[in-house]
Amino acid sequence: MAAIDLARWQFAITTVYHFLFVPLSIGLAYLVAFMETVYVVKDDERFKQLAKFWGKLFMLNFAVGVVTGIIQEFQFGMNWSDYSRFVGDIFGGPLAVEALVSFFLESTFIGIWIFGWERLPKKIHLLAIWMVAIGTTISAFWILTANAWMQEPVGFIVQNGHAVMNDFGALLMTKQLWTEFPHVIFGALATGAFFVTGVSSYQLLRKYEVQLFKISLTIGLIVAFFSSLLVAIAGHDQAQHLMVNQPMKMAASEALWDTSGKSAPWTVFASIDTEHQKNSFAFEVPGLLSMLAYNKFEGQVKGIHQLQREYVQKYGPGDYVPPVKTTFWSFRIMVVTGSLMILLGLYGIVKILLDQMERLTIFLKILLWSIPLPFIANSSGWIMTEIGRQPWGVFGFLKTADGVSPTVTAGMIWTSMIGFTVIYGLLAAALIKLFVHFIKKGVPAQTTLNGQEERAEQPSKSAFGSTAEVI
Amino acid sequence: MLETIWFVLIAVLFIGFFFLEGFDYGVGMLLPFIGKNDVERRVVINTIGPFWDGNEVWFLTAGGAMFAAFPNWYATLFSGFYLALFLLLVALIGRGVAFEFRSKLESPVWRTMWDWIIFFGSLVPPLIWGIALANLMRGVPIDAKMNFVGSFWDLISLYSVTCGASMVLLFVLHGALFLSLKTTDVMQERARSVALAVGQWATALVMLFVLLSYIETDMFTRNGINPGAVPILAGFALFSVQYFLKQKRDGWAFIMNSVTIVLSTITVFMDLFPRVMISSLNPAWTLTIYNTASGPYTLKVMTIVAISVVPIVLGYQIWSYWTFRKRISTTDHLEY
Repeated sequence: MAAIDLARWQFAITTVYHFLFVPLSIGLAYLVAFMETVYVVKDDERFKQLAKFWGKLFMLNFAVGVVTGIIQEFQFGMNWSDYSRFVGDIFGGPLAVEALVSFFLESTFIGIWIFGWERLPKKIHLLAIWMVAIGTTISAFWILTANAWMQEPVGFIVQNGHAVMNDFGALLMTKQLWTEFPHVIFGALATGAFFVTGVSSYQLLRKYEVQLFKISLTIGLIVAFFSSLLVAIAGHDQAQHLMVNQPMKMAASEALWDTSGKSAPWTVFASIDTEHQKNSFAFEVPGLLSMLAYNKFEGQVKGIHQLQREYVQKYGPGDYVPPVKTTFWSFRIMVVTGSLMILLGLYGIVKILLDQMERLTIFLKILLWSIPLPFIANSSGWIMTEIGRQPWGVFGFLKTADGVSPTVTAGMIWTSMIGFTVIYGLLAAALIKLFVHFIKKGVPAQTTLNGQEERAEQPSKSAFGSTAEVI
Repeated sequence: MLETIWFVLIAVLFIGFFFLEGFDYGVGMLLPFIGKNDVERRVVINTIGPFWDGNEVWFLTAGGAMFAAFPNWYATLFSGFYLALFLLLVALIGRGVAFEFRSKLESPVWRTMWDWIIFFGSLVPPLIWGIALANLMRGVPIDAKMNFVGSFWDLISLYSVTCGASMVLLFVLHGALFLSLKTTDVMQERARSVALAVGQWATALVMLFVLLSYIETDMFTRNGINPGAVPILAGFALFSVQYFLKQKRDGWAFIMNSVTIVLSTITVFMDLFPRVMISSLNPAWTLTIYNTASGPYTLKVMTIVAISVVPIVLGYQIWSYWTFRKRISTTDHLEY
């Protein structure tokens, strides 16, 4: 394999892997913060137990999210140095702000939160977890600002072969960013919520602390339903913006080779023949694509062939068609899993309102096995949006292939790719082992909590006090 | 002007990083030696538990700031030092999860495994940073297109390894001094004696590195024999660490070692300025703050962001250190 293909694979592996943990961290941060808020406001010990239980799982996941994120920041320079030279003026900014504003915030306050249970006043401790949650969200915002700029490049001019920023505000105001950001954040909340419902279901199934885990199941289902619904709404907005911004991605995600008639049908599934650039078979729902694109049953959607001709005129000779099969199927996987999530959330809420949750063994089992759904939806969504942008790295300005590091050899990328993949595999194994351990172990008993609090009262010497003595 | 501000700012981030992460790398390397049993090892980890993650962000921010302010520096350095950075990343990944995962299971095998990951994860980064810094100062093969055209082995030399090793020892000393301030009784004594033993070697290696710098870099031709006040003070501070240690004045010893680290880092950046990576092939191909920088607009925007955010960050980091200022002993309740 050539260096460019390896660099693509490495980016795909490390990014998809990193983004398994990110949404779970964001989602769980808010859910834990909510539970601890109830504990502090209502002084309800049950919510402290819940916050501690979910907080432990959150911490473990957060750690993996943090370390896999370090690679993200550095691999642009490592594997994509020409990309970095071209975009650094603009793309580097959001990354630097992300580090400065959110990495500091979340990493400092997570330390305070983990070690501060017994040492800080309740309200300050609560503030810490909220700072972590807000930090994760700010982090998402800035990295999405960088990504949205690749999808919809604005606010710069090209000078001596470099993109030079001239309007920072423009980067922050794109429609792309403001559809992508809510889509990702609600997706993250849904991920956290389905994790909480799944694990709570497991506890109910084995009749462990039923009263306690009914609470988290209820919280989880409510958040799961509403956030899944909001993801879809934000996603719909994003698709409509795609029609304007990157019609080729839209056409590829629909395997629409030729421009549609007045009313575009939506292809449920198709047998795609990329060699002859046609679909040998397709099952279609009339008018639905127009509906998705324009909110009405009429409206033409441009096809791949026509767009290819347009792009050749605009950008010069070349192949501007992204991998159609991948884009098409990843979009469908996202839509199907997303829809399932909405339905599960809705059904769960109805059952909670009827107070029938405990008796629904089968539904609880389904919820347990639904934990992977949002992860699948998140990953396929990103695969669709990134693969669908190809061959562009920065849409209309820099092709991905032109961004690769010229002096990094295939051997070097193999080394790092195999290294990271092996480590990532081991990390996943260790994390799952710990997840299972703590889920089975359950909540700390209340008596131990009190016992710990008593012990924490023991006086210990202040480092600064004794430092002063020593000095 | 803006380029200089950003050069200084990145230097400040590295200074903060080496000062803070310096002791937690040191603590990590000392973990298997100062922590003789499981409780003691947990005490060692908890001395840096609430801080290490925030400390590491100084480096991540420095990386982000390089990308934003000097994209060509970022691109050349990261693609050029590829395998070294790969090793650094492996170390940081292992170390980062080890702190969280280590105590979560009772099994001694599990804990010992993570303890050694913490050890190596704390040893490798300063070694690589030292090697990288030495190469920045001495020069590496960079071509007319700003691309590094050497190999991994070009980075390894007596000079660069000396720099790496002195950084490792300096950080072990820093960690031992930090532990002497954060632990009690037997562990405190142990930390002191480690600091005494390591301190001599660290001092000797740093002196060797300074000597080699005169031969290997253009320090002499640029500055003459007199290196200026900053490195001389760094040297004095380093020697005084030994004195304060023998007096059992741990606080002063720690402060003096911090001064050494801060001033040494300043020396390196002063020595480089206004260059950021020296080309050993042709002086005209050397990367400077001018030919690697972003446009003035970007630098201005980033300056405004930095000026408004950095004080807040410093504020809550200091507060975090204040909150967890107490010494930790084996009889305390330990967060796992």
